[in-house]
Amino acid sequence: MQPILEIVGLSKRYADGPTALDTVDLTINKGEIFALLGPNGAGKTTLIGAVCGLVRPSGGTIRAFGMDLAKDWRSARARIGLVPQEMATDMFTKVVDAVTYSRGLFGLKRDPARIEEILTSLTLWDKRDNQIRHLSGGMKRRVLIAKALAHDPELLFLDEPTAGVDVELRRDMWRQIGAMRANGTTIVLTTHYIEEAEEMADRVGIIDKGNLLLVEEKRALMARMGSIEASFTLAVPQPRVPAALADFPLSLSEDGATLTYRGHGGADEARAEVAHLVEALVRAGIGFTAIDTHQSSLEDIFVDLVEHSAQKGARA
Amino acid sequence: MTFNARGAFAIFTFELMRAFRTFFQSIFAPVLTTSLYFIVFGAAIGGRMTEIDGVSYGAYIIPGLLLLTLLGETTSNASFGIYMPRFTGTIYELLSAPVGVAETLIGFVGAAAAKSLILAAIILVTASFFVDYHIAHPVLALLYIVLVAAAFALFGFALGVWADGFEKLGIVPMLILQPLTFLGGTFYSITMLPEPWRQIALVNPIVYLVNGLRWTFTGKSDVNIWISLGLTLAFLGLCAGVIAWMFKTGWRLRS
Repeated sequence: MQPILEIVGLSKRYADGPTALDTVDLTINKGEIFALLGPNGAGKTTLIGAVCGLVRPSGGTIRAFGMDLAKDWRSARARIGLVPQEMATDMFTKVVDAVTYSRGLFGLKRDPARIEEILTSLTLWDKRDNQIRHLSGGMKRRVLIAKALAHDPELLFLDEPTAGVDVELRRDMWRQIGAMRANGTTIVLTTHYIEEAEEMADRVGIIDKGNLLLVEEKRALMARMGSIEASFTLAVPQPRVPAALADFPLSLSEDGATLTYRGHGGADEARAEVAHLVEALVRAGIGFTAIDTHQSSLEDIFVDLVEHSAQKGARA
Repeated sequence: MTFNARGAFAIFTFELMRAFRTFFQSIFAPVLTTSLYFIVFGAAIGGRMTEIDGVSYGAYIIPGLLLLTLLGETTSNASFGIYMPRFTGTIYELLSAPVGVAETLIGFVGAAAAKSLILAAIILVTASFFVDYHIAHPVLALLYIVLVAAAFALFGFALGVWADGFEKLGIVPMLILQPLTFLGGTFYSITMLPEPWRQIALVNPIVYLVNGLRWTFTGKSDVNIWISLGLTLAFLGLCAGVIAWMFKTGWRLRS
């Protein structure tokens, strides 16, 4: 894996405020989609801002494309794009002028063909002569993406790209982001929608109170920290959990008709244990008429981690 | 990349387009206001006034009226140019782009100054309909107008970074620049003032700007024109220094 962004010991402390980033280390690999998850005020936007030049770090180093951002900021920034969380754009400007301006700002010569390509890919070409204020919320967000893509960045930051957009548009945005990655763009996105990260990300990072709690490949994380819940509807209600099944983490419903398994410590291990449980039930002659299984989502893992972090913080 | 010329040009053209988009407010309104001054003080009252320094009253007040408009408009344009992106959040794009203080100033300040030059040209053409005048040193007049426009565009830019509300943007041009310009010899020679008002008037820096420009128009000045030039250059340098510091520290630009 070739690193495209290397953050070492990044800190941001405001004079009269809390520590927004506390010695964060993070490496982003070329070509991946990295999702940064965290509750409000966790430090996600501050982290992006520090890389993109909106926030002045209190400490640490940031290297992009092998260049030190503090020294070679012009060259590095020319290859980085940012789609902000807020709907910030000059509302009285025409769509095509706004995107053309962004391209010039990043030092590239005018290229109407490329602008047309970008606007077409985001289904904005028909709206090119409209003032941005006349577009719908979803279209405005696409304009922000078009502006960020105008200089063909190799590394693109999307800060809450689908905040406030409807489900259909969100799915459409996911397709757009997938297409950008297919074109070779490395993408770092922050999101509140865990399913967004679950759907798109190769790796996830979870940040809370300025601390990066973990960074891991998404599938590995879900396999390692995920859990399985399996409910068996018994053919004959039982008065208590059968002794033959005492080694399994089981609970019995009050009416004795449902036996529930809750396995933690990784979805793969739990899934295997459910298979063993089925064999044990058959061996013990306990019949069942239905099995209902549920695998924990990234959201469950996220909530667990953030709650654990909060408890640790309270104890400290 | 050492200097992003295309970035500076993009800001410059974008800002000029913004001015033309608001043509009535940016160009037409100040020209109309200045024309009214020429009608009242030049054509109507001017004919009954005695000459000052051998120059007809209507022609005498042209440099002052020009500055009255230029100082306010240049300051307002430059301050709004940078304040609006701060207010709406669009400044993120500027801060994340490969542009530094030089490109930003060339773009924003250059556009504000260019707009002021267009405004000055229209005002001078308009004045010729109401007042007979000629410019004694046209090249120097042009250079001085460029210098003053650049200095006050820088001042306006710094004001736009400093301001944390629309009220502050309006206070400086309306409550400081305009009164100082009115009292800075726009409509009279400060030699006409009795003591101690004449000495007090010399403390007003706008007196030196008005007289500097008046010298290029009439060849006459109430003050030493080298002091006028020095003060203008010093003000320009001070504003440029303040803005360089703002960018270096990120004061009110970066969090």
